[in-house]
Amino acid sequence: MSEVLNVKNLTVRFEVKRGGGWNKKSYLYAVDDVSFTVKKGETLAIVGESGSGKTTAALAVARLVQSHSGKVELQGQDILQEGSEALRQIRQRVQFIFQDPYSSLNPRKRAESIVREPLDNLSKKTEKKKTEIVADLFEAVGLRPEQQRLFPHQFSGGQRQRIGIARALATQPELIICDEPVSALDVAVQAQILNLLRKLQKDFGLTYLFISHDLGVVQHMSDRIAVMYMGKIVEHGDRLSLFSNPRHPYTQALLSAVPTIDRKKRAKQKRILIPGEPPDPVNLPAGCRFANRCAIAQDICRSADPILKPDITGHETACHFVE
Amino acid sequence: MANLLEVKNLRIELTTREGVAPVIDDLSFTLNPGETLSFVGESGCGKSMTALALMGLLPEKVGRVAAGEIRFNGENLAQASDIRLREIRGNDISMIFQEPMTSLNPVFTVGEQIAEVLRAHQGLSRKVAWTQAIELLDAVRIPNAKNRVSNYPFQMSGGQRQRVMIAIALACQPKILIADEPTTALDVTVQAQIFDLLGDLRRQTGAAIILITHDMGAVAEMAERMIVMYAGRKVEFGPVDQIIERPRHPYTKGLIECVPHIQGDLTSERHDLVEVPGIVPSLREFGKNQCLFASRCPYLTDQCLVARPTEKVFDDGQTADCWQAEAL
Repeated sequence: MSEVLNVKNLTVRFEVKRGGGWNKKSYLYAVDDVSFTVKKGETLAIVGESGSGKTTAALAVARLVQSHSGKVELQGQDILQEGSEALRQIRQRVQFIFQDPYSSLNPRKRAESIVREPLDNLSKKTEKKKTEIVADLFEAVGLRPEQQRLFPHQFSGGQRQRIGIARALATQPELIICDEPVSALDVAVQAQILNLLRKLQKDFGLTYLFISHDLGVVQHMSDRIAVMYMGKIVEHGDRLSLFSNPRHPYTQALLSAVPTIDRKKRAKQKRILIPGEPPDPVNLPAGCRFANRCAIAQDICRSADPILKPDITGHETACHFVE
Repeated sequence: MANLLEVKNLRIELTTREGVAPVIDDLSFTLNPGETLSFVGESGCGKSMTALALMGLLPEKVGRVAAGEIRFNGENLAQASDIRLREIRGNDISMIFQEPMTSLNPVFTVGEQIAEVLRAHQGLSRKVAWTQAIELLDAVRIPNAKNRVSNYPFQMSGGQRQRVMIAIALACQPKILIADEPTTALDVTVQAQIFDLLGDLRRQTGAAIILITHDMGAVAEMAERMIVMYAGRKVEFGPVDQIIERPRHPYTKGLIECVPHIQGDLTSERHDLVEVPGIVPSLREFGKNQCLFASRCPYLTDQCLVARPTEKVFDDGQTADCWQAEAL
C-alpha cells in the first residue's frame, strides 16, 4: 500500500506569555517531534485526552496552523514548504470534517452552496458538472435531493454532519481529516454517521486521519492507532495489537478507564486510576512526560526521554520498561 | 425499607410558542436510601427536566408541575413553598452539573463558594465554615487543600473544578445527590477518577445518587437500577444488569447496540453499528396518545400508532412500556 501522508518529526509550538521580565519568551510544544504515516484506503486514529496535541497535529497536517519544524509529505510533496498557489492545489487534496456541525456550516448559505463551495474555489469544472457532483454527493451521504435548497438551521445535528461530509468529499480529496466527527452528536445519531463514514470509505476508497478521544469509536473505526500524551506519541500499533495488548502504562490506564457494559470485561479488568494531573506543558519536566503519574516510573524516567521503539510486529512504544 | 423519594404520576408542562407540551408525561419512580438510580436517554427526552423538577428549579413561567407528587421523606415538594424549597436545596437534595466551567462563580475563591453553603444552611461562622471547606476539598481528593482553598476556579483544571462542585454538593451531607451528566465534559481518565470518588463518597455518607447520563457504560458501572426516558416518558425501568442483558423496549435495545463499546475479546471482524434511524420527536409530538418511538421502531405495528403503550411487568421489577415487550 502506498503512503498518502508521511509526517516526519513534526513540531508545532505556541508562544505563551508568562510573567518574568521583558523579552522572556516561553513556548508550549503542542506537538513535539511526532512522526506517522497514513496509507491509502486506511484509517489512522490519533487518540488522546484534551491537551494531548491530537487536534493541533491534525490542523498542522492541513496547514491550518503554522508548524515550527518537520515535514508533512502528501504523496511525497512537502506541503509545509509550498507557496500560496500550490497550497490552494493542496487544499483540494486534503479536506476536513469538523467536530461541531452547528458552527462549521455558514448559516446564511443553502446546503447546496455549502457543498458546492469547495468546487467553486478549488476546481475548474463547468457549472453543469458541479451541479451534478453536488446532487451525487447529497445522495451518497443520505440526504434527499429537495433538501439541497434548505438552510443549515432546517437540519438536525446528524443531517448537518452529513452536509459537512458531503462538502469534504466534493473535491475528491486524497486524505480526509475527521476531527471528532461524532462527539457533538447524540448516541443514536453517532451510529448513523459512523456507519456512513465506513460505507463511504469502502465505496470510494477514502483515506482517513481520524481524531478522537472516544476509544470505543476509535476501536470501531480505525486500522491503526497512535496514542498521544502531552504532545508526544507514546504508543502506536494496529487495532488488534493495541487494544488487546496495550503496553504503555498510559495506554493501559486510558483503556481501563472507559466504562463498559461488558460484565465479563469489567470483572476481569481492574480499573487503573492515574493519580494527579498532567505536568505544566510550558515547563515540562525532564525525561518521560508521564513519569510523575506512572506506577512503574524509575529514576531513568525522570532523566531520559524514552523514544518510540518498534518490536518485531511493528507495534511501537515509548517507554523505558517495555521490551 | 422506606422510600427516600417517591415520585407519583408526575407531569411537567412547558409552555412554548406552539402551545403546552408535557416534557414529563406521567412519570413514577422511587429512590431508596443509599442506592444509585440512573436516568438514560438522548437529549430532549426529559432527563434533566426531571432533575430540575426535583430541585424546584423549573424555568420560571415556562415550566410547571401540572400534576403528580414528588414526595421526599413524605413531604410533597411539588406543593412546597419557595422558602421551604430553598431550605431543602443544597441541604437535603443537592446537584452537580455537567459544566464545571460555568457552574462555579469566577469571582469568588472555591473556599468561599463551599463555605457559603455551610453558612447558609448550617449557620456556621465564617471561620468554622472555612475550616470545613478545607476538609471537604481534602475529602474530594484535591491535593494540598489548605492552599488550594484560596484558588479561583480559573486556577484549577476541569477535573478539579468538578471535584469542587462535588464538595459544594456534599457540604451539608445531603440525602440525595443529583448528578446531571457529571463527567460528560471531562476526559475519560478524569471521569474514572470522579466515578471512583462518587462511589467512595456514597459508601461513606450513605447518600442516594441520581445519575443522569447518556452513556450506558457509565450506568453499568455506577448504578443499580435505571430508567430509560424517551420523549418525556419512562419507557423502561429495572435492574441495570438485567436490562443490559435483555432490554424489553426497542429504544433501550437501540441505545445499547448503537454505541461502539470497547470489547474485551476483539476480533478483526467488524460489523456495522445498529442504527436507530431518525431523531427524537419535537415537543409538538409529546403527549400524543400513541407510542412516540413508533417512527423509529423496527417492531412497529398498527396498535403503536393509535394507543400509548401500557406498562408490562417482568421479573425483578423490570417494566417496559411497549406493546411488543413480551416478544422482545
